[in-house]
Amino acid sequence: MAANITAALAGNPNSGKTTMFNALTGSRQRVGNYPGITVERKEGSYRNNGLEVQIIDLPGTYSLTAYSLEELVARQVLVEERPDVVVHIVDATALERSLYLAVQFLELGVPLVLALNMMDEVKKKGIRINTARLSQLLQVPVVETVARQGRGKDQLMQAAVDQARQAGSGWKPLEISYGPHIDRVLGQMTARIEAAGFLTDRYPARWIALKYLEGDEKILEDGRRVGSLSEELEQMAAKAAELCEKHFHTYPEAIITDYRYGYINSILKQGVMVVEARPSFDQSDQLDKVLTHKVLGPLIMFGILYGIFQLTFTLGEYPMGWLEAFFGWLGDTFTRILPEGLLRSLVVSGIIDGVGSVMGFVPLILIMFLLVTFLEDLGYMARVAYMLDRVFRLFGLHGASVMPFIISGGLPGGCAVPGVMAARTLRSPRERLATIITAPFQVCGAKIPVFILLVGAFFKQNQALVMFWITLGAWAAALLVSRLLRWTVIRGAPTPFVMELPPYRLPTLRGVLTHTWERTWQYIKKAGTVILAIAILLWAAMTFPQLPAGQVAQFQQEKQVTAQAVAETAARFGLSEAEKEKLLREKLAAIDARQGEAALRHSLAGRLGQAIAPVMSWAGFNWQTNIALIGGFAAKEVIVATLGTAYSLGEVDPEEAGGLAARIAADPHWTTPAILALIIFVLLYAPCFVTVVAMARESSWKWAAFSLIFNTVLAYGLAVLVYQVGSRL
Amino acid sequence: MMKSMRQMRVNEKAVIKVVTATRELGRRIRDMGLVPGTEIVIVGRAPLKDPVSLRLKGFTMTLRNNEADYITVETEE
Repeated sequence: MAANITAALAGNPNSGKTTMFNALTGSRQRVGNYPGITVERKEGSYRNNGLEVQIIDLPGTYSLTAYSLEELVARQVLVEERPDVVVHIVDATALERSLYLAVQFLELGVPLVLALNMMDEVKKKGIRINTARLSQLLQVPVVETVARQGRGKDQLMQAAVDQARQAGSGWKPLEISYGPHIDRVLGQMTARIEAAGFLTDRYPARWIALKYLEGDEKILEDGRRVGSLSEELEQMAAKAAELCEKHFHTYPEAIITDYRYGYINSILKQGVMVVEARPSFDQSDQLDKVLTHKVLGPLIMFGILYGIFQLTFTLGEYPMGWLEAFFGWLGDTFTRILPEGLLRSLVVSGIIDGVGSVMGFVPLILIMFLLVTFLEDLGYMARVAYMLDRVFRLFGLHGASVMPFIISGGLPGGCAVPGVMAARTLRSPRERLATIITAPFQVCGAKIPVFILLVGAFFKQNQALVMFWITLGAWAAALLVSRLLRWTVIRGAPTPFVMELPPYRLPTLRGVLTHTWERTWQYIKKAGTVILAIAILLWAAMTFPQLPAGQVAQFQQEKQVTAQAVAETAARFGLSEAEKEKLLREKLAAIDARQGEAALRHSLAGRLGQAIAPVMSWAGFNWQTNIALIGGFAAKEVIVATLGTAYSLGEVDPEEAGGLAARIAADPHWTTPAILALIIFVLLYAPCFVTVVAMARESSWKWAAFSLIFNTVLAYGLAVLVYQVGSRL
Repeated sequence: MMKSMRQMRVNEKAVIKVVTATRELGRRIRDMGLVPGTEIVIVGRAPLKDPVSLRLKGFTMTLRNNEADYITVETEE
């Protein structure tokens, strides 16, 4: 008989849960998000031997309280989706701590199966676990597994199916004692809850009472919505807390935890776990002596961070070059096939360039996730956070914020798109948000051509030094703005740092590849469509409204006149055919450039650039700069190209902007304070829209919009300050 | 001798006596198994002396010094 059940996969972070999920489901998995939040939802299916199990991978948690999003989600899935069974992946090398989560599943009453994972490591450590005894005492099936090798996975699924069948749909909560004092109150509260049928359609009565005693915010909120009993229960809980304080100088939640651990210990002591021999040395401890050493540790860490940065961007350059060449070729092909006009412009400059800009980031994202996932699964990211926490905490951030900062361009030449995505390794929500919003201040690879242009034109003597100060300025901005945000809009106590330092474990190739591919595919699918749409909108803003027919005709006429004049000149001076061609091409290009300038001025973006000129002149920017900055929202290097068009130089290749630099240097408008103001503005203003979309996907549209506005206002404010003060000195 | 966890030296062993942290911090500390009666040993400190890393119940974890302040331990001497 084919069985079809739903199982939720639960466990602590670093317990091998994801490895087991991959081993069970192979390629049959789907990744998404829980609605409205950034917690990932993974589902998959296991098929073997006539068994079919739908598996929901719950977020990794240590507990089932309501403090982190991960814990809330895990609990909500259990209560709302009612899986037939929970398969709890237990890190058997830390059995006592892992069972703390198991006890909470038992309190809730969900049918449970335990997988004692990493049994190979357990044996090596000289720990003996009597699995049968544990199963008997907890009254829960227990299966030994080694997820990395897929060992025990079929037995585990068989046990899960058997347990689900046996349990049916009824939940049988475990009732353990929390000491006479708590038990008495708990009994009274449970009776009141049962009598009123208060929330009992969703949770067991005694569990609700327990959560009131623990002061669980989510349950309190649910309760207040349902009825007046909530008030009475809160009073009972408050009174119990008062008595606890008076008699034991503690509070109910602490007592409840102590008793849970007491329960676990009483089971482990009944011949379940025996530590046979103290291992002579622990490999991870030995490694940590070097890797977190007070001198060597930071040196090695900066070496590794630098290596990751170099690998991402030097390796990424090749496929990026191929993609660029491919899209260039595609654009040229369509330029040839399609007649000149709007359709060609839309296809080439709108769609092909748009798809190109989506795909251009894929190699970087792929390599970044490959390396970061490897380091995370290895256990090294936790050490990075450990070593840097003292510094980043000063700015309201987390030690793990360093990775997003560096990838974004903390070392000049990064990219904020993979950088913002690298913030996923942060588990502290407020620190993570501040990191995401400030990471785009760093000097990404697309800002560099702009700075090279400006610095090259004005600070010929000290180019390297100025670039160094710009990088330092970016770090200062990112850190100080984080501090500001954490004092204001992202206010709140630092998320506790309390964190496991997992043993170093070589990641499985499959795990790293699966994870990397999922993340990259999500970017292409979800972010890609939005990015393409915005790329087309930006193209439209730079193209429409078009020059009126009369003006276009004027340029045409001018070209004809020029052609005639060139022909006459050639005849008079006896120029060769080749010389004549060259002269004509130069003259026509100059007219095209002027037409380009006129068209840009006439477009929506151009009009906007001129409209905001009075405001922007406070920062010392002219209308050409304004249009270029608007174009920079598409991608920062577009600033150079657009500035070229606006200065009637035609499209300027950002890599070879020597002519533009000379032109700008010659423009009396550009004083040193104005250039400094522009550098500051380009460094800090709104991230490019690809980054904004990535930010929205990593946090929310609200915060993405916030960064768009806030960063621009901040950049403007500082630019005005520098220009106004600088001009008066 | 009773003292705060912050004052412990590297490689020093102790037993947790009291945990006074409340709310989120208290819950996280207890979730990781830092409850009264647990034996701990300090395995190291970060290069800037903070956070601290310790071993208990067969695994290693880390917390900040200002978080360790809420934990009172008893050492042998």
